[in-house]
Amino acid sequence: MSEAQAAPRMPDECGVPDPQQYMHPTLKKNYGAWDWHDRPRVGVLHHVAKSGDEVWTVKAGTQRQMDVHTIRKLCDIADEFADGHVRFTTRSNIEYIVADQSKVDPLIKKLEGEGFPVGGTGNSVSMISHTQGWLHCDIPATDASGVVKSLMDELYQEFTNEQMPNRVKITTSCCQINCGGQGDIAINIQHTKPPVINHDLVANVCERPAVVARCPVAAIRPALVNGKPSLEVDEKKCVCCGACYPPCPPMQINDAENSKLAIWVGGKHSSTRSKPSFHKLVVAGLPNTPPRWPEVSKTVMKILHAYKEDGRAWERMNEWIDRIGWPRFFELTGLPFTKYHIEDWRGGRNSLNASNHVHF
Amino acid sequence: MANKPNTPMLDQLEGGPWPSFVTGLKRLADDEGKSHAPIMKSLLGQLEHSYETRKGYWKGGTIGVRGYGAGVIPRFSEVAGDYPESSEFHTLRIMPPAGMHYDTAILRKMCDIWEKHGSGLIAFHGQSGDIMFQGCDSENVQTSFDALNELGFDLGGAGAGVRTSMSCVGAARCEQSCFDEAKALRMVINNMLDDMHRPSLPYKFKAKFSGCGNDCVNATHRSDFAVLGTWADDIKVNQDEVKKYVATLGRKGVNDQVVNMCPTRALSLNDDDTLEIDNKSCVRCMHCINVMTKALSPGDEKGVTILAGGKRTLKIGDLMGTVIVPFHRMETEEDYEWLVELSETVLEFFAENALEHERTGEMIERIGMINFLDGIGLDVDPNMVSHPRTSSYIRMDGWDDEVTKWNSRHGAAAAE
Repeated sequence: MSEAQAAPRMPDECGVPDPQQYMHPTLKKNYGAWDWHDRPRVGVLHHVAKSGDEVWTVKAGTQRQMDVHTIRKLCDIADEFADGHVRFTTRSNIEYIVADQSKVDPLIKKLEGEGFPVGGTGNSVSMISHTQGWLHCDIPATDASGVVKSLMDELYQEFTNEQMPNRVKITTSCCQINCGGQGDIAINIQHTKPPVINHDLVANVCERPAVVARCPVAAIRPALVNGKPSLEVDEKKCVCCGACYPPCPPMQINDAENSKLAIWVGGKHSSTRSKPSFHKLVVAGLPNTPPRWPEVSKTVMKILHAYKEDGRAWERMNEWIDRIGWPRFFELTGLPFTKYHIEDWRGGRNSLNASNHVHF
Repeated sequence: MANKPNTPMLDQLEGGPWPSFVTGLKRLADDEGKSHAPIMKSLLGQLEHSYETRKGYWKGGTIGVRGYGAGVIPRFSEVAGDYPESSEFHTLRIMPPAGMHYDTAILRKMCDIWEKHGSGLIAFHGQSGDIMFQGCDSENVQTSFDALNELGFDLGGAGAGVRTSMSCVGAARCEQSCFDEAKALRMVINNMLDDMHRPSLPYKFKAKFSGCGNDCVNATHRSDFAVLGTWADDIKVNQDEVKKYVATLGRKGVNDQVVNMCPTRALSLNDDDTLEIDNKSCVRCMHCINVMTKALSPGDEKGVTILAGGKRTLKIGDLMGTVIVPFHRMETEEDYEWLVELSETVLEFFAENALEHERTGEMIERIGMINFLDGIGLDVDPNMVSHPRTSSYIRMDGWDDEVTKWNSRHGAAAAE
C-alpha cells in the first residue's frame, strides 16, 4: 500500500453549499430585485423582476422518499423544459422555473402525464410534511409515508385546486415528539398506555439518570427489579409521552393496539394577520390501521369540508375557529367535545374562557 | 432474500393518484444485478412486516465518518434474521444548498453515488432540511460520504449539536424578501460547523431564515434562533394599482379581504379608492401585501426581527420563539457579521447554561428572559413582550437604576 493510499481522507468541512451555482440563471440574474408576482393558474406562480424579466414556476407534488429513477425522470423533465434547474419547497414539492412562457403548458402536461400532480399553490392543501415512520425511524408507532400517501390520494383534488378559504398545511408525526410539526391539521400518534419495561435489558442499555431526567412528570425512578438495576414507572403519574423510549428502548411505548392517532387543528407558523399559534386537540383514539388509515382520512376530510364551507376568504383554519368559536367548530364537524379537550398542563388556565363571551 | 417479497399491504399504497413511494421501492428492488436490489427487497419485506404487526423494527447505534461525530443516522434491523440484506440501513444527512436550488447535473451525480454505494432511495428533504440518503450499510458510509463531499456537499447535524438549517426561496425569487436569506444562513451556519460536526451541546440547536412574516420555513415555531425579515419604514403603495384591485374585487371585497383583516386596524380605503395606511400601527404582518401583490410592497429600510427559543413538544410543551431583537437593519457586510456574532453569542450561552437535554426555549423558561438577555448582552425592549407583567410578586429595589438605563438609551436614540 502506498503512502497516499494509507493516508485517510479527512472531510472537507465545506458547510452549506452556495445556491448561486445551481440556481436558474434568470433567478440568479435578478437576485434580490423582484417586483411583483401573481398566480396565472393553480400550480403556477408568475414572478416579474424589476428588470422586466419574467419567470413561471410550476409546482408539482412528489412522494418525498424517491428512488433514483424517479429523480432522474424529474431531471429529464427539467432538462427538457426548465433549463436543467429545479428547486424543492419545504414540503417536498418540486418547482420548475421557466423563463419562456410557451413552455409552461407543455411542462404541466408532461408532469401530469408522468404522474406528478401540479398544484400546491395558493389556497390549496399542499403536500403533507411528515416524519420517517416505519421506513426508517427507531421510535415510530405508525408509518408516515403510508399515512401521507393515503391522505394525499384523498386530497388530490384539493392539491390540484385552490378552493380552500386560505392555504392548508397538514403534518403527520409517528410519535409524540412530533418532528412533523404544527399544522392547520396535525395528525399525530398518541400513546395511551405507560411503557412496558423489559427489566433484563435496562441496566445494559440505558443511562438511567438520563432517562429519569427526561420524564416531564417525574414518574420514573431507579429501582432494583429481580436483583438487577432497572427503572420503574409510576403509572398513575405517567402521561404516556414516550420521552423515555428513545434513550431507553427497553421501555417500549409503542403498542399495536394502544398507540392511537389524534388530530389537532389550528397550528399556524406565520405572523400573517394573527400571531403564530399552536395546534389544538380535536379528536383522539383513532385506530392505527395500515395500509390506508381510513378512519384518519375520514376525520380529516370532515374537518376540511367544514372549513371549506364555512371559512371566509383568507381565513386560516385557526382564524376561522377564532371567529365561529369552538362550540360551533365541534357542531359543524360533528366531533365530540370531552373532558380531555380541557388543558391541564403547565399554563393550562390560560386556555380557559374567562369572560362572558359565549357562542350559541 | 433472493426474491421480491409478497407485500399485499404495501401494494395497496400503489393505488390512487398521488405518486407512490412504494412503487419507487419496488423499482429499486427490481434492479436485478444492482447492489441495491437485494437491499430493497429486504427492506420491502421488513416494511410489510411493520404494516402487518403495526410496529417498527429499527434500532439506533453508532456509525460515523472520519473526523465527524454526527450526521449519519444509524439504523440496525431488529428482524435481520428474516430480512438480512437491509440489516444495516443508515441515513446520511446532507446539507442542501440554501433555498434548495439544484441543477440536474448535480442531482444526477447524487443519484449515481447513491445507486452505487447505497439503496438508491433519497428523500428531498427531511424536516430540518437535510437531503436524506436513506439506506446504506456500515461499510459504505465512509465511501458514500467521501463521494458526496467531493461534490461539495457536507454532512448535516444530528444529536446534541447544531442542526441543518433552512431558508425560504427569498431573494432568489420573492419580491417580499427583506434580506439575503441564503447569505445569512450560510454565514451563520458555516460559522457553527464545529458544533454541528462534533456535537457537544446540551441538546439540539436549530436556526432558520425566513424573508418576511409569512415565515415560509416555519422559523418562529421550529427553531431556537429564528431570523425573520421585516422593514422599519413605510409600506410602499402604488395607488394606481390599488384602484385596479378595487375595480376587480369591489369596495366590499377590498374592505372584507384587506382592510378589515388588518390585525392592527392600520388600513382604510379612501373615498377615491386609494388606500390609507397608518404605518405607525402596522406590524408588518404581510396580509395586505399578500393580497395586493402589485400595489403594495415592503418598505426600503429592510432588516430582520430575531426570535429565540421555538421548539416542539418535549419536554415542557410547545414553545414559540420570543423576540430578542425587534429590528436590525441588514444592508452592509457589517450587518451580516453582527448577525453571525449574535448567533454565536446565543449558541455559546446555550452551551454553557442549558441543562442536559434542554432546548434554548426551555432554558429561557427556567432561568427567565431577563437572565437570558443579560447573558447575551441585549437590552430590554417593549417589543419583546405581549404585555408587561401582571404579578406583583417581585422585588423591585433596582427600579430607579433601570429607569435611568432606559432614559439614557432613549435619550441617546432621540439625540441621533
